[in-house]
Amino acid sequence: MTSLPDKTERKLGLVIDLDTCVGCHACVISCKGWNTENYGSPLADVDAYGENPVGTFLNRVHSYEVTPDEGTSQLVHFPKSCLHCEDAPCVTVCPTGASYKRSEDGIVLVNESDCIGCGLCAWACPYGAREMDGVEKVMKKCTLCVDRIYNENLEPEDQIPSCVRTCPAGARHFGDFNDPESHVNKLVLDRGGMDLMPEQQTKPVNKYLPPRPKDTLGEIDILAPLLKPVAEKPDTFIGWLNKQLDKI
Amino acid sequence: MHPSPSVIIFTALSGLGFGLLAFLGLKMPDVTGVLAFIFFVIGFGLAVGGLISSTFHLGRPERSIKAFKQWRSSWLSREAITAVFALSVMAVYAIGRIFFDHDIRILGVAGAIMSIVTVFTTSMIYAQLKSIPRWNTKLTPAYFLSLSLAGGALLAAQIKICLLLLLISGIIQLLVWIKGDRALALSGTTIESGTGLGTIGRVRAFEPPHTGTNYLLKEFVHIVGRKHSAKLRLIALILMIGTPILLLSLSFSYFLAALSVISHIAGLFISRWLFFAEAEHVVGLYYGKR
Repeated sequence: MTSLPDKTERKLGLVIDLDTCVGCHACVISCKGWNTENYGSPLADVDAYGENPVGTFLNRVHSYEVTPDEGTSQLVHFPKSCLHCEDAPCVTVCPTGASYKRSEDGIVLVNESDCIGCGLCAWACPYGAREMDGVEKVMKKCTLCVDRIYNENLEPEDQIPSCVRTCPAGARHFGDFNDPESHVNKLVLDRGGMDLMPEQQTKPVNKYLPPRPKDTLGEIDILAPLLKPVAEKPDTFIGWLNKQLDKI
Repeated sequence: MHPSPSVIIFTALSGLGFGLLAFLGLKMPDVTGVLAFIFFVIGFGLAVGGLISSTFHLGRPERSIKAFKQWRSSWLSREAITAVFALSVMAVYAIGRIFFDHDIRILGVAGAIMSIVTVFTTSMIYAQLKSIPRWNTKLTPAYFLSLSLAGGALLAAQIKICLLLLLISGIIQLLVWIKGDRALALSGTTIESGTGLGTIGRVRAFEPPHTGTNYLLKEFVHIVGRKHSAKLRLIALILMIGTPILLLSLSFSYFLAALSVISHIAGLFISRWLFFAEAEHVVGLYYGKR
């Protein structure tokens, strides 16, 4: 059924820390690896060793330059995957019921054997979280590693999404947003976690933590007098040379 | 959006076909026997041909029967159901008209209404998408319905109604373009809202995720054809609206009517190509391409 559940028992999702992400793309690779070898059809690469390789990815890292009105620009690495929206437009448009949001944990999934590959769910997603597989011709998307997080054959520390487990910088966090005590909720509260494209009214579950403000060095009071230039206007040999060169 | 030929052919032809079937259901023209056969063959040919074309853009067309399930939430599913319903009702009505010279009025009217409803459901597949601000407006169903009816009237040789409907379609088409050009800016979705970084400053896409292309860029970020959009808009308007109005106003002859139909359909294809090619999906913002 492609109608959305009124509410979900748990609200599993990710917090992505834009302050910490170093843009190494390790999450992209581990996601591609896990989701090619496990649940569902593999994430295909077409023309992988040819002129125009194109592949299916469930997670991609962009990099943005942000320029404030005053001060220097900064570079922000920006991992983007499915946000498992509460009002997921990708689910309601699906004509077959292949696309659905689970009422138990809020994960948005695709039942690949029901997918006709019409692509309408990818049209409806403003974030570009869904990609049509180039070989299987069905829609692929982030499963929040549903085959890891409930998999008791794995070590407890591995029962989290592959991207979170892999991130060497600790920029990705996984948890239940319905639990007010969860560390993802605390992070959102402490760091001002934000929604992407709130005006699209999708109510994303995943939150992004903005980069912390750059710290600025205050005036160095004690040493400042000692560090003052000896002469404001140099009148030594350098000063003379400077003047002569200006004249030329 | 990528202007995929299968979707352009589908929306254009099935719109024309259902438009014609709507007029036939209302006994405009009041035909029976061989003449009715010819009209219904054209109507069904266009509607069904369009629908078959639409299956070519499916990744897994062999599963398309599953698309009838989710009518409660999905406009695509509703379209599939209304299309089959409209065609079935019209088929029974057509058999009566062609072979038995019998007019089952209730079926004719019901078929006409269902044909128009089918075109409406098609238009809502596009109009519902917030992610494509240019389409996310009431003008999208108005654009599809007015052109379907104008084209249907043209094929059904209802000259007076056709002239009026062409005029209305032309005005709606102009509104679609004028309002559409501002839709993305008015939607409030920007690279700043998309990244949440607008509170720090201006955002510029610095480095894309991959050096190559991907499904998203190919499907949603079509910017090549926009270069000639002003010229193409003028050509579409002249062929789709202007020429038929001029020719039909002169005097009625089969030659002029046929010329009007050819001109209208050529213009319709250009208009529909622009409908897709000019639509900006907001995901393009993440790639700095808009």
